[in-house]
Amino acid sequence: MQYKTENLHATMLNLLRALIVSLLFAAGSAGAAMTIEIVGAGANQIPVAIVPFRAEDGLAQKLTPVVSADLARSGLFRMVDPGGMNPVPYEPEQLNYAQWKARGAEAVVIGSVSKAADGRYEIRFRVMDAVKQTQIAGFVYFATESQLRLTAHKIADVIYEKLTGDTGVFATRITYVVKRGRNYELHVADADGFGAQSVLSSNEPIISPAWSPDGTRLAYVSFEQKKPVVYVQSLVTGARQPVAQFRGSNSAPAWSPDGKRLVVTLTRDGGSQLFTINADGSGAPVRLTQSSAIDTEANFSPDGQSILFTSDRGGGPQIYRISAAGGAAQRVTFEGTYNVSPRHSPDGKSFTFIQRNGGRFNVAVQDFASRQVQVLTDGGIDESPSFAPNGKIILYATEIGGRGILAAVSSDGRIKQRFTADVGDAREPAWSPVVNK
Amino acid sequence: MKRLILAFAAAAILAACSSTPTMEQEGAAVEDRNAAAAAAAQQKPPTQTQTTGPTSKPLESSSMSGNALKDPSNILSKRTIYFELDSNVVKEEFKPVVAAHARYLQQNRGVKMTVQGNADERGSREYNLALGQRRADAVKQAMQLLGAQPDQIESVSFGEEKPKATGHDEKSWAENRRADLAYPND
Repeated sequence: MQYKTENLHATMLNLLRALIVSLLFAAGSAGAAMTIEIVGAGANQIPVAIVPFRAEDGLAQKLTPVVSADLARSGLFRMVDPGGMNPVPYEPEQLNYAQWKARGAEAVVIGSVSKAADGRYEIRFRVMDAVKQTQIAGFVYFATESQLRLTAHKIADVIYEKLTGDTGVFATRITYVVKRGRNYELHVADADGFGAQSVLSSNEPIISPAWSPDGTRLAYVSFEQKKPVVYVQSLVTGARQPVAQFRGSNSAPAWSPDGKRLVVTLTRDGGSQLFTINADGSGAPVRLTQSSAIDTEANFSPDGQSILFTSDRGGGPQIYRISAAGGAAQRVTFEGTYNVSPRHSPDGKSFTFIQRNGGRFNVAVQDFASRQVQVLTDGGIDESPSFAPNGKIILYATEIGGRGILAAVSSDGRIKQRFTADVGDAREPAWSPVVNK
Repeated sequence: MKRLILAFAAAAILAACSSTPTMEQEGAAVEDRNAAAAAAAQQKPPTQTQTTGPTSKPLESSSMSGNALKDPSNILSKRTIYFELDSNVVKEEFKPVVAAHARYLQQNRGVKMTVQGNADERGSREYNLALGQRRADAVKQAMQLLGAQPDQIESVSFGEEKPKATGHDEKSWAENRRADLAYPND
C-alpha cells in the first residue's frame, strides 16, 4: 500500500506520548484563548485545496478547518476553494484533475475518517499533485477524540513539509508568561495559540522560560523567594525544583543540547557571570566567564560546542561567543550600541537578537559567516526572540496599546503574525522543540 | 546619542569599579550562609530562608519590631536609593541613608538584610536584571566600607519586574532606577 508503515508506527507512539502530556495538562486550564492575526504574505504562495474529509462532520473537532487555518497562517499557501465538486472526492480515483487545475490548485488534500476496531478514529489522508496527477504523500493516523486537534496539526505538518521542503511546526507548542493584575502564570499552548494551559501560577514575577531539548521540562526564573531563583519543572509530572538558588541573583537558564546541563547567570561571586550547572541541581556550579562586566543571556549552539551571550565588557551590551568549555570570548555584534538576547537558529548558521535603533528595540538576525544583519521588525518595544524549530519563524514579545502581546515574523521578514491573548499581558515566549521526530 | 554613549562609557567605568568587591563577596558562599544562619538561629530564627515555596516562611516577631527601622522620624525608615540613567553611583543625597543602615548593621551583628536592585523597563529583562544587580552590589559595597559585614547583606535584583511607577516616561523610569533596603520583618 501507499501508506508508510514506519511513519505510522512513529505517529502512534507520538500520539500516545501527546495523550499522556495532555491528560496531565488538563489539571490546570488557563481559560484564555489566543487569536492569531496575520500580516503580509510569502513571495510565492502555493495554491492548495483542502477537501473536507469524509465523515469528519460527526467529529467533536473537525480536522480540515484546523489544517487549513495552520497552512493559511504560515503565509506560504493560498487556500483554493474546495466547494461545489460533484462527487466530493475522498479517494484518488474520484478526483477530476481538470477541474482542480482550472481552480489553480497545485495540490489537493483528500481524506476520510472512520471508527477503528479499538474505538479510536482512523484518519486517512493523501496529498495529491494536481498537475502531475500523482500522490505526493499518504498517511493514516489513529486518534482518540482529545487527539483530533493534534492530529490535524500533524496533517498540516505533512502537507507543509511535502510542499515546501521544510519541517512543519504546527504540532509543536509555545510557552509564555501571562501577567494579570498581580498574578503571573506560565502557560503552555499549541503553536496556534489554542489549548493554553497554566503550568505555574504565582504572585511574584516569572521570566525566561526555556524548553528542555526533549520538550518535557521547562527551566525558568521565579521570584517567589523574593529574589530570582532558577527552577526546572517537569511538564509530565508537574514536579518542580530549584536548580540554582545561590546567594544573590540566579537567572537566564539555557539548556545544553543533551538536556543534562544548564548555563545560568549567577551573582554569588560578585557581578553577573555565566556558570554551568547540572540540570537536576546536583553538584557545584562551574564558572564559565571571568569578567568584571555583566555576562548574561547565554544560549547554546545546536551542536553544543559554543555559547552566545550578552556582555557589556566593551561598554554597552553586545553579543559575544565563547566555547562551551570556557576560555576567551569573541565579540560577534558590531552594529549599534545595544545588542542583546541572542538565540541560535536551529541550523546554527545564524542567530536572532534584539537590536536598539534610536529608541526602538527590534528583532534582528545576523548570519555568522557573512556578519550580515537583517532587522526584521519595525515596532518599538520588541523582546525575547526565539526561533521555531524549523528556523522559519521567530517568536517574540512586543507591545500594542500598552499591552504585552506575542508576535512572530518569518525569518525573511515577509510574514508577520500577532498572537493576542484575550486577557492580560503576554510576554517571554519560547517555542518548543519538535519532540515527535 | 552622544549622551547615551557617554553614559555607557560611564557605566563601563563604574562597572569596572564595582567589580572590585568580588573579593569581599567571595566569602559569602551558600555554605557560609548556612553556617551563619545556623549560628543566628541560636539567638533568633533565621531570616534568610532556604525554603523552596513562597508560603512556607515563618514570620517571627523578633526584637526588631517597633524599633528604629520603623520609626518614621528615624533615617533608618528611609529605604530607597535612586540612581541616574545607566549609573550605579550612590548619589550624595543618599549617602546619609546608606551610612545609617551600615551603622545599624555594625551595631546589630545578628541582623541580616537584603538590598534589592531595580532597573527601568527599557530593553532586555535579563540584562536589566543584571543592571539592577549592579546597583544592589554598589549599595552593598558602600555599606561594607562603612562597617557592615558581607554576610549581613545579600544583594539581589528584581530587574524591571517590580516597577514602583508603571508609566512609560522618564519620570516613571527614574522612580524605577533604584535599590530598596529590605529587612526580614518589613
